[in-house]
Amino acid sequence: MSETMTMNAPLTAADGESLKVKLARERRNKQLKAIALVAPLALFLLLTFLVPIAMLLKRSVDNPEVITYLPQTSAEIAGWDRRGLPSEAVFAAMARDLTVAKEQKTVPEISKRLNMDISGFRSLIQRTARKMPLEVAAGESVRDQFIAMDERWGDPDHWHVIAKNAKSWTPYYLYSSLDLRETKAGMPELAPEEERAFLSIFGRTLWMSMWITLISVLLGYPIAYWLANLPARKSNLLMILVLLPFWTSVLVRVASWIVLLQQEGLINSALMGLGIIGEPLQLAFNRTGVYIAMVHILLPFVILPAYSVMKSIPPTYMRAAISLGDHPFAAFWKIYFPQTVAGVAAGALLVFIMCMGYYITPALLGGPQEQMVSYYVAFYTNVTINWGMAAALGSLLLVATMTLYAVYSKLVGANKLSLG
Amino acid sequence: MGISTPASDTLVSFRGVQKSYDGESLIVKHLDLDIRRGEFLTMLGPSGSGKTTCLMMLAGFETPTHGEIRLDGQLLNNVPPHKRNIGMVFQNYALFPHMTVAENLAYPLTIRKMNKSEIAERVKKALGMVKLDALAHRYPGQMSGGQQQRVALARALVFEPQLVLMDEPLGALDKQLREHMQLEIKHIHENLGITVVYVTHDQGEALTMSDRVAVFKDGVIQQIDAANVLYEAPVNSFVANFIGENNTLHGEVVDVAGQHCAVRLASGEVVKASAICVGRNGEPTSMSIRPERVRLNQLAEACENRLKAKLAEFIYFGDHVRLRLDVAGQSGFMVKVPVGELDSSWKAGDMLDVGWMARDIRALDSAIVSH
Repeated sequence: MSETMTMNAPLTAADGESLKVKLARERRNKQLKAIALVAPLALFLLLTFLVPIAMLLKRSVDNPEVITYLPQTSAEIAGWDRRGLPSEAVFAAMARDLTVAKEQKTVPEISKRLNMDISGFRSLIQRTARKMPLEVAAGESVRDQFIAMDERWGDPDHWHVIAKNAKSWTPYYLYSSLDLRETKAGMPELAPEEERAFLSIFGRTLWMSMWITLISVLLGYPIAYWLANLPARKSNLLMILVLLPFWTSVLVRVASWIVLLQQEGLINSALMGLGIIGEPLQLAFNRTGVYIAMVHILLPFVILPAYSVMKSIPPTYMRAAISLGDHPFAAFWKIYFPQTVAGVAAGALLVFIMCMGYYITPALLGGPQEQMVSYYVAFYTNVTINWGMAAALGSLLLVATMTLYAVYSKLVGANKLSLG
Repeated sequence: MGISTPASDTLVSFRGVQKSYDGESLIVKHLDLDIRRGEFLTMLGPSGSGKTTCLMMLAGFETPTHGEIRLDGQLLNNVPPHKRNIGMVFQNYALFPHMTVAENLAYPLTIRKMNKSEIAERVKKALGMVKLDALAHRYPGQMSGGQQQRVALARALVFEPQLVLMDEPLGALDKQLREHMQLEIKHIHENLGITVVYVTHDQGEALTMSDRVAVFKDGVIQQIDAANVLYEAPVNSFVANFIGENNTLHGEVVDVAGQHCAVRLASGEVVKASAICVGRNGEPTSMSIRPERVRLNQLAEACENRLKAKLAEFIYFGDHVRLRLDVAGQSGFMVKVPVGELDSSWKAGDMLDVGWMARDIRALDSAIVSH
C-alpha cells in the first residue's frame, strides 16, 4: 500500500526540485546546443542562397521606375477610365513629376523603362523633360501644351503604357522571356513571330540538356558497372581517373578541348595524317563540340552515384536469378538494372540540372546556335544592364528545374533518389 | 574417400574434380563424391576449406579446372548455370528487393513460360509450405530475416528442381531462429523427397539436419559419414576436433595389436586405445575422447584406463556442469557431469580418479589442430 503511494507521488530530484521540470530543462538545453551548432551554416545559407534567390524572384516582377520617379502621375492616372486621353490633372501631375525628375536627373531611368514598351518613348520623355518647368498661363490647358510639344502625347497608347507601369510590379519581364506580350486588356498573347526568341532558346536549352544527359548516362553506366565489379584495388585506381578532371578548372578543360577539336586541331590533323578524312571535320564552335566537352565535364556526375548504387548490389542477386533459370542478359535487365535506376536517375537529374544552367562551355565552344538560356542571363546582366530580364530568365530556369525535379521524383520517387 | 554406390541411386557425382583460382594453389585438391537421390548431404568445414567452391561448381558459377561433374548421368561441365535446373538458397537471401514475395516466387515460373493460373497456384502452394500465405504482397524489405529466408527457400523449391543447393542459408539468423529453421528445412526435405546439398561451417547444424556430412579441410574431404558415425568414430584428429567437443591426449605409440594399441603419455602412464590412424611403434599420436565418455571416481573403477586428475575449474551450464581437469600433465581436459551426479564436496584443486573404456578413446594422427 505504502509502495503504491510513493509511486503516485511526483518524483523529485536529489535537491527536491520536481524531476519533470528538471528533465524538461535538460532537454531544452540540449536543443539550444544543437541549434547553436547549426546556426552558422543556416545563417550562411540564408544570406548567400535563400536571400539572393528571393531577390532574384522579386527582381523578375519588380517595376519601380514609374511609380518612384513619376509619383504624382501614378497617383492621378489610377483614376483614369482608360478611354480617350487622361484628364487635365494627369497632364499637370506629369509636368510636375518631370520637373522634379529633371532636377534630380532621373529622366534616363524613366525613359529607359518606358522605351521597353514603346520604342521612341525615350526621346519623347527626354524632349519633354528638357522643356520643364512648363509655364502655364491661367486658363491654359497643360494637355494642349503637351500635345503641342509633341503630338504623341495625344496618343492614348502612350498613356496606357504609363498607366500599366504605374504599379510596383509587372509581368512584363516574365512575359517577354516567354515571347508573350500584354494586350491592352491585360491578357498575355504570343508576340508576332519575328519578335519571338526566348521560347526557342528555352527549347534549345532543354533539348541540348536532354541529349547531353542521355549520352552521359549511356557512356557512364557501363563504366560504373565495370568499376563496381572490379577488385577494390583496381577500381580505386580507375576511380581516380574518373575524378581526375575535377582537379582542373572547367575553363582550362574547355580551352584544351578547343585545342583538340578546332580545324587545325590535334584530332583533325591526326585523322587527316592517317588519311581517314580528306578535309577537316567541323568539331568545334558547333553543337558537336559543345556535346563532346559537356559530356566530358559532366560524366563523373553520372558515374559516381551509379557506381555507389551498383557497389551496394551484392552479386548474389544475379546468381539467384540465373540459378532460377533466367538467361544472364535477361536477369541483368530484370533484376540488376531496376535496382540501379535510383542511382542512375539521381546522376542523370544532376547532369540535367547542371546542363540547364551551363554557361561557359557553350559560350566558348559553341556557335550562336548553341547559346543556352544562361548566356542570355549573362547578356542582360553584363551588356544591356537589364536586371529585370536577367532575373526573369533566371526565375524561369529555376521554375523549369524545379518542375523537372517534381516530375522526376513523382516517377522515380524522391526518397529513392540516391546520391550514394 | 568417395563412397561408391549403385549408379542408379546417384544423382550427382564429382569425379577427380580440382579447382584453382590462380593457377598455383588448389582450393579444391581432389574431389570424388557421389550424392544419392533424395539425400540431405552437408558440406562442412572451416572457411577456405573448399566447400563453397564445390557448391558453386555444382551450381555452375565456377568451372572446375579439372575433372567432371555429372547430374543425373549428364555431364554438367559445359551446361551454363541457367540451364541446370538447380534451386539455390543464398546466405543473404538474395530476394529481389523490387519485387513482392509473390513476384519473387513467380519469377522462375514465368521464365518457364507457365500460364498465369498455374503460376498462381504454385506460388500459393509454395507459400503455404513455408507458412507465409498472408505475406504474398509484402516486399522483402518489410519482412524479418527469418521470413525472408523462408521466402528464399520457397523460391528455390517452387519450380520443383531435382536438386537444391543451400549456401549457409541460416548464417545471418539468431540462434533460436536458426534452430527452428533447421527443423523446418529438414521437414520440408523429408516431405518433398528432394536432394539437398547444404554448405555450412556450423557443425551443430550439420549434425542436426543431414543424412550424411562431408567434412572438408584444405580442399579435400576428410570424412563423409552419417552424423552419429562422424561424432562417435572420427577417422582423424581434424574431424575429431571439428565435430563436437573433444579431449585430446598426446602420447607415443608403444604397441599396436590389431584393433587396439597402447600409448605412453608424456607423464609415463600407458593408455589402451582403439587404433584408428596410428603409425608404428615410437611414433607420436593424439588420442581423442568425448567429454561425456569420461567417468569419475567410483564410476571409473570398472574402466580399462584409470588416471589421476586435478580438478581445475567448475563451469556451470544449467542442466550439467563441466569440470576442467589437468590429466597426466595436460590441461584443458573437459568432463561433462549431470547436475544430479555432482558431488558437493568437490572443489578446485581436489584430486579425482578419471577413467574410460579403451573403445571410447581413439588413437589418431598426431596433427596438432588449433580449434
